[in-house]
Amino acid sequence: METINYQNFRIEAENICVDYNGKVALYDANLRLKPGQICGLVGMNGAGKTTFFNALTGFVNISKGKIRINGESVRSAQKDQTIAYVPQNEGIDSQFPINVWDVVMMGRYGSMNIFRCPRESDVQAVKDAIERVDLTEHLSTPIGNLSGGQRKRTFLARAIAQRASILLLDEPFSGVDIRTEKLISELFIQFKNEGKTILLSTHDMIHVREFCDLVLLINKTVVAYGETSEVFTPENITTTFGGISPDFLFGPES
Amino acid sequence: MELCSFLTLDSFITDPLTHDFMRKALLMSSLVAAVCGFLSSYLTLKGWALMGDAVSHSVMPGVVVAYALGLPFSLGAFIFGVGSVALIGFIKQKSRVKEDTVIGLVFTGFFALGIVLVSKIKSNIDLHSILFGSPLGISLSDVKQTIFISLLVVILLLIFRKDLMLYCFDPRHAKTVGINVFFLHYLLLTCLSLAAVVGLQSVGIILVVAMLITPGATAYLLTDKFDNMTVISVLSAIISSLIGIYVSFWFDLETGGSIVLAQTFIFLFAFLFAPRYGIFKLKKLFAGYK
Repeated sequence: METINYQNFRIEAENICVDYNGKVALYDANLRLKPGQICGLVGMNGAGKTTFFNALTGFVNISKGKIRINGESVRSAQKDQTIAYVPQNEGIDSQFPINVWDVVMMGRYGSMNIFRCPRESDVQAVKDAIERVDLTEHLSTPIGNLSGGQRKRTFLARAIAQRASILLLDEPFSGVDIRTEKLISELFIQFKNEGKTILLSTHDMIHVREFCDLVLLINKTVVAYGETSEVFTPENITTTFGGISPDFLFGPES
Repeated sequence: MELCSFLTLDSFITDPLTHDFMRKALLMSSLVAAVCGFLSSYLTLKGWALMGDAVSHSVMPGVVVAYALGLPFSLGAFIFGVGSVALIGFIKQKSRVKEDTVIGLVFTGFFALGIVLVSKIKSNIDLHSILFGSPLGISLSDVKQTIFISLLVVILLLIFRKDLMLYCFDPRHAKTVGINVFFLHYLLLTCLSLAAVVGLQSVGIILVVAMLITPGATAYLLTDKFDNMTVISVLSAIISSLIGIYVSFWFDLETGGSIVLAQTFIFLFAFLFAPRYGIFKLKKLFAGYK
């Protein structure tokens, strides 16, 4: 097992900017996360949440700023399988002819040889991961035949099999059943204890309060960032959502 | 062919095999079909049908120029095939015109350039055989080239089969775990251009896109496993080629058209009767009788 230095930053993003052909999607964004921290990424559609994820995984290039993952470049983080990305259900072609086992095995591809032949250890990692998300009965089920929650768990298993120390989750709770929601929240606690760092985007304010140590409110740039208890205030949320009050968005505060 | 009524199934199959050109046509077309069928699994899943159309048409001027300069025509086709895609990407990025419009615009432009070049460059290029294929009149050097390219594409696809599947399924994950997505993108494009080149020999430029789409679409209706999809796709492509060539031999029909029609009929059959995804869902029908 790797030893974890809880003082070092897992993710350091400094003043990052991303633009798509001149259209600015994100500017001057900062984020620092340590091992064992769970951070919620909150913002409207088009506020740059997915762009932020894409920048961290290296799927898009940043036009300005600096990103360090475990103190190293994004590219070496890719090589080391440091980051796992769990996509939104909508971001996946659910009709793709592939079953649960093969999806989870994809988590191991980065560390396999060029032919992607699974070794004993890969098979074991995949087995364990599928067991942890409680899908052992669905090993050979095509993903098109899974429920939304089961599909979400499949991709979570892929991240587990990858043995990544940073997990990026895009709307992990959208469109899932109660059972999956419970399982995911249990996994979050385990991940936290294992020293993994989690960044999740969500629309659901209750989940932020429940799981997130930190919260990052964005609207093309960082509106507020810090401990959930301090930063996650109605005023900040209103600013993030372009002046619409949280009451209107999420019902009256309890 | 006036003997048709006397034919037994046996002679239907064996008679054409007595002709050298038929043996060659059957072999070459099966090989080409296998290559295109293999690739078509990826193209249908990636949603690159229109791209296949674009590339296969855009290789036309490349083939003509290569002929004129005495270069292997695969080289010319490759340059123009990949070039057309690069141009599509460039125009899309720099203008407000929508992607499908850009694709249509670029490939027809290239195609037209090819036709104009053929009329200008006096050579032994037969426009008809480029447009509609000529599997029955394949020359020895064409045979060698077709075999070489086909093997190259098959080997590349076999080596990178899983990476390409991942690239089609979830490129973001591929990138995240350090797999070279840029390379895979161009690998797929390269294979597409090369397959278009070999495909144009048997069915011609206009119909080669069918070879690159239909077998994959047929297989997609029949299975939920990627590996099976590839196998079914290849098999249905080969069977269609054989049917097409035999039918065109006995009934004196255009060969390329017959091959593609055979593919279309197989697709329609799958569309109607595929166990799970067909409209009549055969599996359920049978289950009802139990």
